[in-house]
Amino acid sequence: MSEGRKLNPRDWRTQPDQAHAAYKSTRLRSQRQPLVPLAEAHTELAAPVFGDGAVAAADSDLTRNAVRNGEPIGERIVVAGRLLDEGGIPIPRALVELWQANAAGRYAHAQDMHDAPLDPNFLGTGRTLTDERGRYRFVTVRPGAYPWLNHHNAWRPAHIHFSVFGTAFAQRLVTQMYFPGDPLLGLDPIFNSTADPHARRRLVSAFSQGLTEPQRALGYEFNIVLRGPLATPMED
Amino acid sequence: MPGQTPSQTVGPFFSEALTPAEAGAGAPGWCLAAEDAPGAAICIRGMLLDGAGDPVCDGMVEIWQADAEGRFPDGTGSFPGFGRSATDEAGEFRFRTIKPGPVSPGSAPHISAAVFARGMLNHAFTRIYFSDESAANARDAVLLAVEPERRETLIAHKEKDGAEPAYRFTIRLQGEAETVFFDA
Ligand SMILES: [Fe+3]
Repeated sequence: MSEGRKLNPRDWRTQPDQAHAAYKSTRLRSQRQPLVPLAEAHTELAAPVFGDGAVAAADSDLTRNAVRNGEPIGERIVVAGRLLDEGGIPIPRALVELWQANAAGRYAHAQDMHDAPLDPNFLGTGRTLTDERGRYRFVTVRPGAYPWLNHHNAWRPAHIHFSVFGTAFAQRLVTQMYFPGDPLLGLDPIFNSTADPHARRRLVSAFSQGLTEPQRALGYEFNIVLRGPLATPMED
Repeated sequence: MPGQTPSQTVGPFFSEALTPAEAGAGAPGWCLAAEDAPGAAICIRGMLLDGAGDPVCDGMVEIWQADAEGRFPDGTGSFPGFGRSATDEAGEFRFRTIKPGPVSPGSAPHISAAVFARGMLNHAFTRIYFSDESAANARDAVLLAVEPERRETLIAHKEKDGAEPAYRFTIRLQGEAETVFFDA
């Protein structure tokens, strides 16, 4: 981005605090010093560009991208939406990556100790680029809820992890998508780390009949909004 | 106007998606410097530490930087400018990259870094400056805006000279000598 441009600040009513007592792992990993304003941000206002080489067509279909001897177990779903900035401007050609547990609530990760079955036909990772109108689309299976050790009888609501890039490195966002009506949402310290209920609702996908495919998969819409837009200061 | 999507932690299980082995199709890795990339190849290693001084073994560091001429890569050349390293059992991350040129008159060579981990609800932005650029560092507007006693946390220290110099950069998430993180 060119000189003199600025990005809307992170909205701290929307973004979680680093230290969130109910989420125990924040205790030693949250910062105690205030963030320092960046005096000049040429580097953070520029961003990496990912071309077609960064993704293969098969990368966006998690029901196919790890098949060994059959289809993955679980309820097939389509997850799609748009990547926008706060001005409502779509962000085209942006890298969107996701990862998730399988239908039984188990990650294909060496450190996942949950006593639930692995699925030999499901890895749970995908990536794609948004199109010219900022749209992305994945096919996957609905992830299961899984237990974690944060507190007694703690269960994460079903969720899909998302990683996205904007047109400035400062817009970088890693987040989680949830499913409507999940009874675990109210009990989850990570979901509830954002105080504002309106902001939290943006983490919950919406069932979409339009995205639902006959005889194949239910559809969920999840739009992702990055801070921005880039604004040129009036006077500097 | 739509509101911002809240950040959520990367959690402990991101590595298959974000930092698979270097061969992982398309996934950015820790080696940014192809053999033919113009500029001086350097190594940066360091540890990610929590508030107790213990290594964070399930974290990830991302870097984004200009090329040797101080230009931001646009995706067409051999140098991507962006890389990722998961931390290992010892909490160590590593990059092989190109020493960046200054991105604007008067600015010191630097790399922007974003730190992610289980237990971090937002990623944290910092910058990596170089110990062998002390004259440029002394004029850099970003460094000058940091309290003098905390500037040291932004300096990668040269620990090996020669054809491919190596630097060490420690990231402390909390505690005494907490790394300076920016409201980027
Ligand atoms: Fe998870």
